[in-house]
Parts: sequence; structure tokens; C-alpha cells
Amino acid sequence: MSGARLGPWIVVGLAALYFVLPLVATFEFSLSMLRGTWSFEAYRVVFADPAFRQTFGFSVLAALATIVLGALLVVPTAYWVRLRFPRLRAVIEFVTLLPLVIPAIVLVFGYLRLYNSSSWLPFTGSAWGTNLLLVFGYVVLSLPYMYRAVDTGMGAIDIRTLTEAAESLGARRRTILFQVILPNVRAAVLSGAFLSFAIVIGDFVIAGLLNRPAFGPYLALIGQNRAYEPAALAVVAFAATWGCMALLQLLGGRAPGAAAAPLRTRRKAIP
Amino acid sequence: MSFLDISGVSKSFGGNTVVRGFDLGVRRGEFISFLGPSGCGKTTMLRMVAGFEQPSAGTITIDGEDVTHRPPNARRIGMVFQAYALFPNMSVGDNVAFGLKVAGRPAAERGRRVDEMLGLIKLAHLKDRYPYQLSGGQQQRVALARALAPSPRVLLLDEPLSALDAKIRVSLRTEIRALQRELGITTIFVTHDQEEALSISDRIVVMSEGRIEQCGTPHEIYNRPRTRFVAGFVGTLSLVEAVAEGSGATVSVAGQPVTLAEPVPGSGRRPVTLAFRPEALKLDAGENRVNAIRGTVEAAEFLGSVVRLRVAAPGGTLLADVFNSPAAPPPAPGEPVTLHFAPGDVFALDGEGAAPVQPMAAE
Ligand SMILES: Nc1ncnc2c1ncn2[C@@H]1O[C@H](COP(=O)(O)OP(=O)(O)OP(=O)(O)O)[C@@H](O)[C@H]1O
Ligand SMILES: [Mg+2]
Repeated sequence: MSGARLGPWIVVGLAALYFVLPLVATFEFSLSMLRGTWSFEAYRVVFADPAFRQTFGFSVLAALATIVLGALLVVPTAYWVRLRFPRLRAVIEFVTLLPLVIPAIVLVFGYLRLYNSSSWLPFTGSAWGTNLLLVFGYVVLSLPYMYRAVDTGMGAIDIRTLTEAAESLGARRRTILFQVILPNVRAAVLSGAFLSFAIVIGDFVIAGLLNRPAFGPYLALIGQNRAYEPAALAVVAFAATWGCMALLQLLGGRAPGAAAAPLRTRRKAIP
Repeated sequence: MSFLDISGVSKSFGGNTVVRGFDLGVRRGEFISFLGPSGCGKTTMLRMVAGFEQPSAGTITIDGEDVTHRPPNARRIGMVFQAYALFPNMSVGDNVAFGLKVAGRPAAERGRRVDEMLGLIKLAHLKDRYPYQLSGGQQQRVALARALAPSPRVLLLDEPLSALDAKIRVSLRTEIRALQRELGITTIFVTHDQEEALSISDRIVVMSEGRIEQCGTPHEIYNRPRTRFVAGFVGTLSLVEAVAEGSGATVSVAGQPVTLAEPVPGSGRRPVTLAFRPEALKLDAGENRVNAIRGTVEAAEFLGSVVRLRVAAPGGTLLADVFNSPAAPPPAPGEPVTLHFAPGDVFALDGEGAAPVQPMAAE
């Protein structure tokens, strides 16, 4: 291999080390709970803890709710803006980027001021209300990723002409949105969904301040009191997140170059 | 009243008027083409019929029903787009069935109709394929079947063949016309390709700058263009400056008398422009070709069945298509020739001193 080729490889290798080394170190550490031998003892302890199952389950549910709500909010918005108000696209994009600029903690304090139990809309007055608020917060946090993904996905298909084609065939707006537009941006929605999932599973700030039994606060609590279990938890969370990504790839992925192809044909196409 | 009636329709975008005073009656089952250069408002007019744009003035009625303010999904029209616009997530069969599905037709009826439509476009074997697995020509045929499946009252096509290569373009236009005849569906076909319009239309609407320049059968449009624009846009034309005197049908081209079929309007000594189709000029004086213009061959272009001569004449340059004959080689450049033509083969264009019309090449 020539020197010119070697340079980039060294850079890539270094970058990979930068990401992989801490993971390997964490993983290694999580295996060394029992002195003098490698074991999955830390994982056994973690999985045996009912609080783990509860908080993780809670966060997964919150993530799914976030994804559904986010998609229901973002897909029609992105569609409508692209179709009717293309000039507003820059504005909407800016608005959706705000959560990246405004720290989550500011958001939560704003929520707490607006929706506390003595306000006009007392979300935090009940557990389900607070859960709802939590999901709203997550939707906002994941907005930049969801909107970008969906908007880019819509840019890849000619939504205007598809809409007109469907309209000329007698379809109404809702039918068009759910039967024509949504299926064709499915891959984009799924990639936005994955990022939303990762954000929700990793969130500590919102859940902590709203005092919800989510995975982030649990992880922080364990981190303060234990040595090996947090490492195991981190690895589990990491694996779960990547597992979800793989699942999404499998469900919504498409061959490069091919248009959004339904699974049926793709399976047939692969011998 | 015609089946599809467009009456006094205008359309402005902001201060920019792109369609003005458009009047057209289309008979049931008629095949109409909108022909005109890019930006003349063909698409805009078609989109107003479809309901995607609202006219700034005027009304559109279909089968006696005023649809001017009805949304597109309530007009029962079929539309075919240049970019096919098949739904990528649906199979060919589902694409064709879409209109019937949203109309709430039972599954059995949908299945029958889909098979019937796919049979008509000869793509029954591709029913389970997805759009990305089809060629452009196949996709456009599916788009046609999809538009026709719910039995629309009017079929609208906006340059449906522009994205296809030349060979498919010709075969598909024939197919579209045959299908249109078979179903007897009232059709508007937008194109900027004059050959396309001439070959498949019952009537052609030639447009320029948002106005109808002329509306007539292909034969009328080609042989009796009413305006300079139509004459220049449709077919190839060469122009010769002449002078008319008095009220007779005889004018003079650099001293040579030329007899026209009709007298030139006006009186006194006045300039007129004579326009010739290349196929009207012959090298031999036959039958009623009583007129003759002498000139010199500038170039001879061998096109196969015909030879196109460029002849420098006193009033201008003339193009003449003469039949190729194995026995007689075409005249060589520099050779003097006499071009013969009948009074009916030349037409006078009004407008003195106007710039000669540039024959537009088909794009
Ligand atoms: N939505 C719009 N807003 C503003 N101007 C428009 C709009 N749609 C069309 N126009 C203008 O109207 C004029 C006519 O456009 P139109 O698309 O009807 O032309 P066309 O005859 O179909 O041309 P082409 O052969 O290139 O398709 C153009 O000058 C165009 O810029
Ligand atoms: Mg157009």
C-alpha cells in the first residue's frame, strides 16, 4: 500500500480507537466484578434488579410514544410546508433546530413554570399528566433530528406531483398523507425514530427534573452508589440502542439506488 | 355547448398574466393538443382544467357542470404527468387501482378493472412489479392506465412523452391515440413538439404568450396558418419579400410576377411577405404550377427520400424539398434553378417590414 493511501487509514484508525477504546474499557470493567476472573456477575446483578426492568421499560415506552407523537407532528408539518409554504421552510427549520441551542434544562424549567400544579394547565398535578409532559419534552428534544430526517426524505420524492396525481384520482388530503406520502418517507421517519429513541433512552435531565422513573435517572443513581453495575448498564443501554438501529435498518432499510421498496419485493429480489 | 367548455379564462401570477382570454370548446371524445413554445402558458391552462390552479377570470364547465371552483379531487379528470408520478410504494396493480379504491369501489370490481386496463396497455404481466422496476415507457403507460381506470370525464396529459427517448415517444403517442379512440375519451394533450401535435390531434390549439393564436385541424394549422407566429412555429417556412400593387391577386417578387390564390388585402403599392413550405416548391412546371421564381442553388442537403435545396432568390432565401430520384442527381451549388409552385401553395403574411420568421426546429 502506498504512503498516500496509508494516511487516511491512519486517521480512520485513530478515530475508531477514539470511539472504541472507551467502550472496550467500559466493557472490560463491567466484566471484572468478581476478583481475579472475568464474569457477567455485574450483568446478573443489573438484570436481577427490578428497578432496572421498570425504568428501562418505562423509557422504552416513553421512546415509542415520542416516536409516534413526533412522527404525527412532523410528517404532516413537513408535508404541508413543502407543499403550500415553501418559503416558510427556512423558518420552520430554524424553529426545529432551537432545541439544539436551548439546553434541555431550560426547557424543563419553562415547563415547570407553565404547567405546575397551580397553573392553568396543571400537567404536573398527576402522574399521567407528568408522563405526558415528559413525552412532549422528548418530542421537542428529538424535533431537530425527526424534522431533518423527514424533510430530507420528502425532498427525495416529488411530493407535489405525487399529491396532484392522487388528487386527480379523487383522493382527499388525509388519504394522500397516509397512503401516498407517509409510506414513501418511511425510511426517513425510521431514521428519525432511531435518533429519538437514543435521545429518550439517554435522557437524564428532563426525566430527573420531572421526577419520572426513567432509565437515565436510574443509571445516575446506580452510578453514584456502585462501581461495576453502571458499566454493565452503559453497555446494556448501548447494545439496546444499536439493536434498535439494526432493527430499523432491517425494517425500513432500502438498497442503495432503489426507490423505497416494500419488503415483499425486496425479499423476492434477494435470492 | 361543448362537452368541455373553457370560456374567457385568464390567469395571473402576481402581476404577471400568463393566460389571457382563453376560449375553447372541446367536443366529447375529441383529442385536442395545446402547442406552443416554452412558457406560453400551456401547462397553466391545463392545470386550471385539472383544478390545480384557479383562474383569475372566466369559467370552465365539463359536461354542463361548472367546475371552475371545484377542487381537483371532485372533477373526475385523469391526469398524466411528464415525470410519470407513479406512487413508488405501490405495485403497478395498486397504482392502477388507486382511483377506484378512493372512490370506494368493491375489491372484485377493482380487480376486474385493473386487469382490463393493464390489458389495454399490454402490461398485464407486470401487475406485481413496482415502479422502480419499470422502464420509463412502461411507467408512463401505467400512469395512463391509472388515470383512465376510474373512467374520468376528461384526460389531461402534460408533455407525457418528453422524458422518453425518440423511438418510444413515437410508438407511445400512437398507442395513446389508439387508446383514446377506443375509449372515446375527451383529451387535452400538451406538447411543444409540433410533429407530435400534428400527428395525433383532432384539433390543435397553437398558443403564444398566453393567447390562442389559432385553433384548427392539423391540416388547417399547417396549410393555412392564420398568423405569422403560427406559420413560423409549425413546420418549416421560407419567406420572400414581395410588392403588391392594386387589388389583384398578383404580386411581384423582384420583377417576376407571382399569382396568389386570393387577392392581398389593402390598396396601393405595399410590401407583402410570401411564405412557402419546402414541399410546395418544385423544379418542374407541372399541372397548375403557374408561378416561377428563379434563383441560384446555395446548398443541397441529401435527406434520403428528399433533397433539401437552399436557393438564393431575389426576395430572400428559399428552402425547397425535391424528391430524390436515382436517375437525376440533385442540382449542384452554384447552378441556376427555377422553382415552380401553384397559387394555392403560397400564402401572404401581413405585417410589413417584420423580421423574417425563424423556422423553429422541433426540439
Ligand atoms: N406558480 C407560478 N407562479 C408564478 N409564475 C408561474 C407559475 N406557474 C407558471 N408561471 C409562469 O407562467 C408562465 C407559463 O408557464 P407554463 O408552465 O404554463 O408554460 P408552458 O407553456 O407549460 O411551458 P413549458 O413548455 O416550458 O412547460 C411562465 O412564464 C411561468 O414562469
Ligand atoms: Mg409546461
